[in-house]
Amino acid sequence: MPDAAHAHGHAHGHPALQHQFDTLEQQKESSTFGMWVFLVTEIMFFGGLFTIYMIYRMASYEGFAEASHELDIVLGSINTAVLIGSSLTMAMAVWAAQTGRARTTANFLVATIVLGSVFLGIKVVEYAEKFHHDHVPGWGFAWEGPHADAAELFYSLYFAMTGLHAVHMIIGIGVLAALIRPALRGRYDASYYNPVEITGLYWHFVDIVWIFLFPLLYLIGRHVT
Amino acid sequence: MSEHVVSRKTYFLIFGALMVGTALTVAVAFVDLGIFNDVVMLTIAVAKALLVILFFMHVRYSGRLTALAVASGFLFLLILMGIVVADYLARGPLPGVG
Repeated sequence: MPDAAHAHGHAHGHPALQHQFDTLEQQKESSTFGMWVFLVTEIMFFGGLFTIYMIYRMASYEGFAEASHELDIVLGSINTAVLIGSSLTMAMAVWAAQTGRARTTANFLVATIVLGSVFLGIKVVEYAEKFHHDHVPGWGFAWEGPHADAAELFYSLYFAMTGLHAVHMIIGIGVLAALIRPALRGRYDASYYNPVEITGLYWHFVDIVWIFLFPLLYLIGRHVT
Repeated sequence: MSEHVVSRKTYFLIFGALMVGTALTVAVAFVDLGIFNDVVMLTIAVAKALLVILFFMHVRYSGRLTALAVASGFLFLLILMGIVVADYLARGPLPGVG
C-alpha cells in the first residue's frame, strides 16, 4: 500500500504532467490522438500527389512504365530495406523508453537517425544520376524513348513525391535528434514516454509513404524491356 | 491499454514480414502479369502498411478513438481518389500523354 500511495502521489507531481491534464494516462491519450489527427492531414497531403499519379498512370500506362524502367531498382530496394530497418530501430526505441532503459533508448534513436541518413545519402546519389542523364524536368529534360512527354510527367511526379518524402525524413531526423538528450537524462520511463511514442508514429508514417512510393515509382516498368 | 509494451519478438517478426514482402514485390515485378502486376504490388504494399500501422504504430493495442482517426484518414483519401477518378472517367476516355 505505501508503494501504491507513493506511485499515485508521484504521478500527480510528475514533472512531465501538464496542468491541463488530470493524469499522465489522459495526457498520453491526448498526445497520441493529436498526432494521429496530424497524420490524417498528412495522408491527404501526400494523397493529392498519389491521386495525380493515379490519373496520369491511367492516361499514359506504357509511358510511365518506360520512364520507371530508368530508375535504379537496386538502390531503390536497398533504400526500402534501410527505411524498414529504421522503423524497427524506432519501434525498439519506444520499447526501450517504455521499459526505462535510458542508454538503450538513446542508442536506438541514434541508430534510427543513422539509417535515415543512409536513406537520404542514397537518394542524393540517385538524384545526382538523374541530373547527369538529363532526366530532370525543367532542367534540359532529354528522353531517348518514344514516350518523352509521359516520361517528363513521370519524373516531375518522381521528384515531387520523393522530394516531399525526403523533407519529411529530414524533419524526422531533427526531431529524433532532439530526443537524445532527454533520453540520456532518464526522462522517459513506463509512466511517461509520449515524445518517443509520437515521434515514432511520425517516423512510421513516413515509412508507409515510401512503402507505396517504392512499387509505384521503381517497379511498374520492370517486366517491360 | 496505452501502457501496453509490445515485445521485442513481435517487432522483429513484423520487421521480418516487411522484408519478405519487399523481396516478394520486387520478385513479382520481373514477371509479366499484365495489369495484375499493379494489383499484386499494391496488395503487398497495403499488407505491409497494415502491419506497420497495427504493430509498429500500436493501433492494435490502442483505443477506438485512435482506430477511428486512422480509419477516417483512409476514408477521406478514398473519397478524394474516388471522386477525382469518377470525374475524369465521366468525361470520356483520358487523353493520352505521348
